Amino acid sequence: MGSNSINWFKFASPASFFPVAGRLARWFAALAVPLAAAGLWLGLVVAPPDAQQGDAYRIIFIHVPAAWMSMFIYLVMAAWCAVSLTLNARLSAMMAQALAPTGALFTVIALWTGALWGRPAWGTYWAWDARMTSELILLFLYLGYMALRHAIDEPRRADRASAVLALVGAVNVPIIYFSVKWWNTLHQGATVSLTAAPKMASIMLTAMLLMTVAAWFYAIAVAMVRVRAIILERERRTSWAGALAGAAR
Amino acid sequence: MSEAALPRPIARGAWPGIAWALRRDLRLALRSKAELGVQLLFYVVVVTLFPLGVGADPTLLRALGPGVLWVAALLASLLSLPRLFAADFADGTLEQIALSPYPLPALISGKILAHWLTTGAPLAVLSPLLALQFGLDGSELVALAAGLLLGTPTLSLLGAIGAALTLGLRAGGALLALLILPLYVPILIFGAGTVEALRAGLAAGGELSVLGAALLVAAIGAPLASAAAVRIALD
Amino acid sequence: MLEAQDLAARRGDAQLFSGVSLSLGPGAALFVRGPNGSGKTTLLRILAGTTQAAAGRVLWRGERVGPFHPALRACAIFIGHAPALKDELTAEENLASLAALHGAPAQGPAVLEALAAWSLSRQRALPARVLSQGQRRRVALARLWLLSRPLWLLDEPATALDDAGQVTLRDALAAHLAAGGIAVIATHQDLPIASGAPQSLLLA
Repeated sequence: MGSNSINWFKFASPASFFPVAGRLARWFAALAVPLAAAGLWLGLVVAPPDAQQGDAYRIIFIHVPAAWMSMFIYLVMAAWCAVSLTLNARLSAMMAQALAPTGALFTVIALWTGALWGRPAWGTYWAWDARMTSELILLFLYLGYMALRHAIDEPRRADRASAVLALVGAVNVPIIYFSVKWWNTLHQGATVSLTAAPKMASIMLTAMLLMTVAAWFYAIAVAMVRVRAIILERERRTSWAGALAGAAR
Repeated sequence: MSEAALPRPIARGAWPGIAWALRRDLRLALRSKAELGVQLLFYVVVVTLFPLGVGADPTLLRALGPGVLWVAALLASLLSLPRLFAADFADGTLEQIALSPYPLPALISGKILAHWLTTGAPLAVLSPLLALQFGLDGSELVALAAGLLLGTPTLSLLGAIGAALTLGLRAGGALLALLILPLYVPILIFGAGTVEALRAGLAAGGELSVLGAALLVAAIGAPLASAAAVRIALD
Repeated sequence: MLEAQDLAARRGDAQLFSGVSLSLGPGAALFVRGPNGSGKTTLLRILAGTTQAAAGRVLWRGERVGPFHPALRACAIFIGHAPALKDELTAEENLASLAALHGAPAQGPAVLEALAAWSLSRQRALPARVLSQGQRRRVALARLWLLSRPLWLLDEPATALDDAGQVTLRDALAAHLAAGGIAVIATHQDLPIASGAPQSLLLA
């Protein structure tokens, strides 16, 4: 996720990462579009309708990639937070800050599409099943991170406090997931996995993977764009940012 | 320099740190008893609100009981958490605590222990009495109280992290709730689950073990995270 | 013993100061002066270890010390603007508590002696809530009597002190320096020191 394995420390300063982020954003956005197009075409057009759910199941091609990405982004965000705390690196904290809104967005998409799927498939928008409930709590974790950042004026304190929060949250995500799963079985008797995808023909799997990679590349592109904005805002007093603004004028 | 205060090797261990914080915070809490009474009263009032909201049907209350008592305990914990660090932060004592030769996690553990003794523990002891209102019977009362006794320290421990992160912020209390409530979910699930397990014909031992394990992990991890958060807030 | 090299500090976006260096040996005192908002308190807090400097290093006895370093916590007393007193505890209890916090639990007579040195004997059983600003400042400074630490970091210690209090402070400082201690003091006013010529640092 935006990590350059070549010559890492050279890019650790916001100033030198700024142009790199721009290039990465363009590349990943360019790649994401055809991948998404291919995935959607396979999923919505080519894949056969499901025996039980008809065409309604097709929403999983958005729902499942969004859910996967929401969890993956949280882990990456927490990893950047860990780096920023141990190495005291500003840019790592900015990366985490840039990823959070995208992660939250994917969580919302996963919840919303999950609800839309639930209605035709099982008759109810929200069934309190384990995965949806965990996803909702993950949304609260994202919102909490963003709210804490927003509430602290001083940028370095905001970086470090929200990093601690993200790490505490990351440790708790598996705990929360398993406890919600346990809660679900306790209260509903036999486990009914309400978000189980229908038997996956290989073409459906391909479509899902394509959509996941497309979502991943989209997330990288958006994070790169956002981190550029964050860099500019936080480094606005430095000379290179002033030169950039001067050149743009 | 005074002759009576000869230079002495400085004490540094963890246990003296815990003891110092525990003793001081308990002494401070006992001198403002009114505050403690208010928190317990809050718990009682919230618990009483539920039957007023859903009706007094005994079957319904019996089903809701454990959940209500636990959620009210969570809310009471949230209400009392700012007290943990806010006063010390405001009068400069927290800075001195962070500069003490004793390890900061140890000092914070002492504070959390004092906090639990004055908020969570009385609540857990009071809960069987309130649970009678919901029609819980003997073994269920025991399971509930045991769960609360094991769970409320974890609530204080996890809450300390949130309290430290939100020190001195305007949004304070509501932000603290947003940050901490997701972390409370497993405790809530297993705590209320002790009674559910009994009702399903199983023993409550499994859930209590999980609560105990959570307490152990939190007892080690939360003071460390809180110490980091306190240092960040003091920066 | 205490050295700082090229310290820089920021508050939010603004640069407070940069390139600040100092070197203090046993018996040396440094007065930090400057207008309001120039970063005197921040500098002291960097030396005490509660704030991270934006650049530069602090060395104590040749060893590099970062924020909250154990060596600093064991060797320094930092008395900031806030007197760090609990309203509900008496002057005596506050002092005993703070001494114990810093690893030097003080017995009753020692605490009373410290209070007496700062002319607080009659206030010893009063809760801190009812003490005046000057009296609170004295209780805070009485800590210096109970804890023998080589490094004193005092942020405007003479605030709210009356003439007698300032004399006591001056004497305590002189005794500390004579015994080989170091003091860094942020101050508006001139604190006369009995011996030696103190260094002066102006933060603009």
